[in-house]
Amino acid sequence: MHWIPVDHFQQWREAARRLITAAVPPEEINWISGGQPNLFGSEGDAAERAALESAAAEPPAPAFTVPSQFIELARHVACHRDPNRWELLYRALWRLKHAEPYLLEIVTDSDVRRLMLMQKAVTRDLHKMKAFVRFRQAVLGDEEVFIAWHRPDHRVVRLAAPFFARRFNGMNWSILTPDESVSWDQHQLHYGPGATVADAPDSDALENLWRTYYASIFNPARVKVAAMKRELPVRHWPTLPETSLIPELLRTAHSRMDQMIESKSGFEQTAAAFLPPKVDLPSLRQAAGVCTACDLYRDATQAVFGEGPPQAQIVLVGEQPGDREDLEGHPFVGPAGVLLDEALQAAGVPREDVYITNVVKHFKFTLRGKRRLHQKPNAREISACRPWLEAELGVIKPKMLVCLGATAAQALLGRNFRITQQRGQIIASDWCSRTLATWHPAAILRMPDPARREEMNAQLVSDLAQVH
Amino acid sequence: MDVSEKLAILADAAKYDASCASSGAKSTRAGSKLGSTEGMGICHSYTPDGRCISLLKLLLTNYCIYDCQYCVNRISSDTPRARFTVEEVVRLTIDFYKRNYIEGLFLSSGIIQNSDYTMQQLIAVAKQLRTVHQFGGYIHLKTIPNAAQELINEAGLWADRLSVNIELPTAADLRTLAPEKKQPQIVESMNGIKLKITEQRQEKAAGFQTPRFAPAGQSTQMIVGATATPDLEILKTAASLYDGPRLRRVYYSAYSPIPHADARLPGKSPSLVREHRLYQADWLLRFYGFTADEIVAEADHNLSLEIDPKTAWALANRHRFPVDVNTAPREELLRIPGVGVRNVARILQIRVHQRLRVADLKSLRVAWNRAAPFVVTADHNPALQVLDKQDLRTRLQPPATQLLLFDLTASSLSGEL
Repeated sequence: MHWIPVDHFQQWREAARRLITAAVPPEEINWISGGQPNLFGSEGDAAERAALESAAAEPPAPAFTVPSQFIELARHVACHRDPNRWELLYRALWRLKHAEPYLLEIVTDSDVRRLMLMQKAVTRDLHKMKAFVRFRQAVLGDEEVFIAWHRPDHRVVRLAAPFFARRFNGMNWSILTPDESVSWDQHQLHYGPGATVADAPDSDALENLWRTYYASIFNPARVKVAAMKRELPVRHWPTLPETSLIPELLRTAHSRMDQMIESKSGFEQTAAAFLPPKVDLPSLRQAAGVCTACDLYRDATQAVFGEGPPQAQIVLVGEQPGDREDLEGHPFVGPAGVLLDEALQAAGVPREDVYITNVVKHFKFTLRGKRRLHQKPNAREISACRPWLEAELGVIKPKMLVCLGATAAQALLGRNFRITQQRGQIIASDWCSRTLATWHPAAILRMPDPARREEMNAQLVSDLAQVH
Repeated sequence: MDVSEKLAILADAAKYDASCASSGAKSTRAGSKLGSTEGMGICHSYTPDGRCISLLKLLLTNYCIYDCQYCVNRISSDTPRARFTVEEVVRLTIDFYKRNYIEGLFLSSGIIQNSDYTMQQLIAVAKQLRTVHQFGGYIHLKTIPNAAQELINEAGLWADRLSVNIELPTAADLRTLAPEKKQPQIVESMNGIKLKITEQRQEKAAGFQTPRFAPAGQSTQMIVGATATPDLEILKTAASLYDGPRLRRVYYSAYSPIPHADARLPGKSPSLVREHRLYQADWLLRFYGFTADEIVAEADHNLSLEIDPKTAWALANRHRFPVDVNTAPREELLRIPGVGVRNVARILQIRVHQRLRVADLKSLRVAWNRAAPFVVTADHNPALQVLDKQDLRTRLQPPATQLLLFDLTASSLSGEL
């Protein structure tokens, strides 16, 4: 019987190489794991053991080849805590060298299976170490260092350390485990003895922020505790700052989800809820008069619906009624309406052939003294009012659709439409194959520079002239 | 509002993004001081919803000018709003990364001002991480719908992965619930990214030194169960995205009931089982050589909830079985229920040296209950005789309780683990 003391992969590799060369069969070897006295260890022949130990110091035996897959397997299995690992590895090696060169491909073989399961356990533990090490910041002198306390299942520190060195290349860090510790000084890895939890810092200022993140990213509408525990084994919880939150998150999940479902009733609606059963212009106009889909109805005098013949070929869409329109109840009757009339006339388009409406049907304003100043409708109001415009366009089915100003253009041609760049171009939209956007008459009226105002006015006329 | 409050709001808003993958970038960027990408992503933690935390998943802001009905951040929702500065996101990423909490950053955003402006903000975060901090960790940027192609191209220089959300399975679904997003535009953006990726690969293959462009490719996310669209349509869309723009992954997210949802949406979330079945079907598309039409055999064009799609297919195609594991070609082995891609590879490897028996398949951990009626082995396989039985389906169906989410009700009521 040969007694071989072995502690790590390199020792085993050298001994195994020698023993294979000497044709020592697996049954004749007793592998003694360091620190773990073998059952027969005390009875072993001391002289023979001494002889073998001195043999360990002999120059390595001549190399022979094994599949590289086996070396990789052995390197991992060597880190497993199972005391039978050395014996199992040697037996596999023996079989590989004796008539079973394809042994590793027969994964259903019982030795291969056991080795593969060990390899899998070590790989998983290695992976979990990469995942679950949590550094805490400490200041030593004027240096910032990061220290972690971790409890791996197997002795994987040396397998994992190079990964941490690559990843946290520019940091000084240490990882402490019960078996072994390792540190990195931005140049080299240093291995040291095992440590206890007391050797690591007990908190880090960032951990509260991390817990905030953990709690917020959790979706209470789906709870899968078993799935979590499979991947985040409970034995690792003590070293992970975020796990202290888990019981509370689970306790409140159910009520939080119910709340999410119930709060549906508070949703702000759109005009779709007010559409009349019969869709023609008079019914729509009447229904829009009592629309309360957004809050604009509260301060406005009345809804201002579109006007013009139902068989109109051309539809003009503005932004929203102004002060005068709001009081009179008709679209484009204020100063902007006057300018629009002149432009239509100059372009040779009779206003009677045109249906005119707005994206938003109620006047939005802010009070400045006694004056009601126009205010741009926001996207919420535009979307709430949108069903009216869509219904009008659906009834009329215009041959030509003209958007006056950016609000109308973006509502009908998409949010990224740029009126300054795409004005006057005829584009297909969802409602009309010939859609174009031009200046809003009110924008022309507000333009302070007279030359620019003149130019915009001319552009409005020429754009409108395209509608024929 | 301090960073912690913003984090609570903007992480909460990001939790509806299903993707958490941090894989695919095979080597770390040259010159990195902090961070690495080595192909396989790492999950650093898991939340009680069973999902992993790999990347720091954030929205830059949840203010949004769009009104997509399924989204909690749509303009017409009264959810609390916040906005990070570029520097705050950079700081958080670096601080979390240094403590090994995360693999990197997954940044998305609601749309503020306009698409291009928002996209520029996202790019600024990624660029600062790469150029100021020499950050080599994983960055996934969600591109903003309708952002200019030049901006997407710039994003690809700093990010490992880009994604464009397809959002809903069909163009008609989008019209109903997200009128401002158009499927053709979304697919066009994906094709733009694909073009850049191929261009970069070709230049590199030709020996030119070209900057990295989204080395981890692109992915997308589809919300399932917000509309009545059946699984068949969903899988067809997915298949077209794998074939056309060559996406690495399509994520399916079971629609979660969101606060203040629109009346057009269901108040209840679709079963997580459906989401699970879609993922199973997705794997069949990508790794098992199935087509969408084959997988969905049910009359209503939905996947069966009771039985996994591969078993369902086998039941509907019994004439193609039994398959002899010792002689059948790879394509046929892949279609056996309960036998995965890895086991197919192992079977092919083993049978060169010896014939496989029932015991071998069991030791490979083939799901024997499911596979048994469909395979011939070297020794006698008594389970084979049930292949023609009427009640085979019921025999293969797992007991109903396993599929329901009792996990939820039990654990969350008691708070017990």
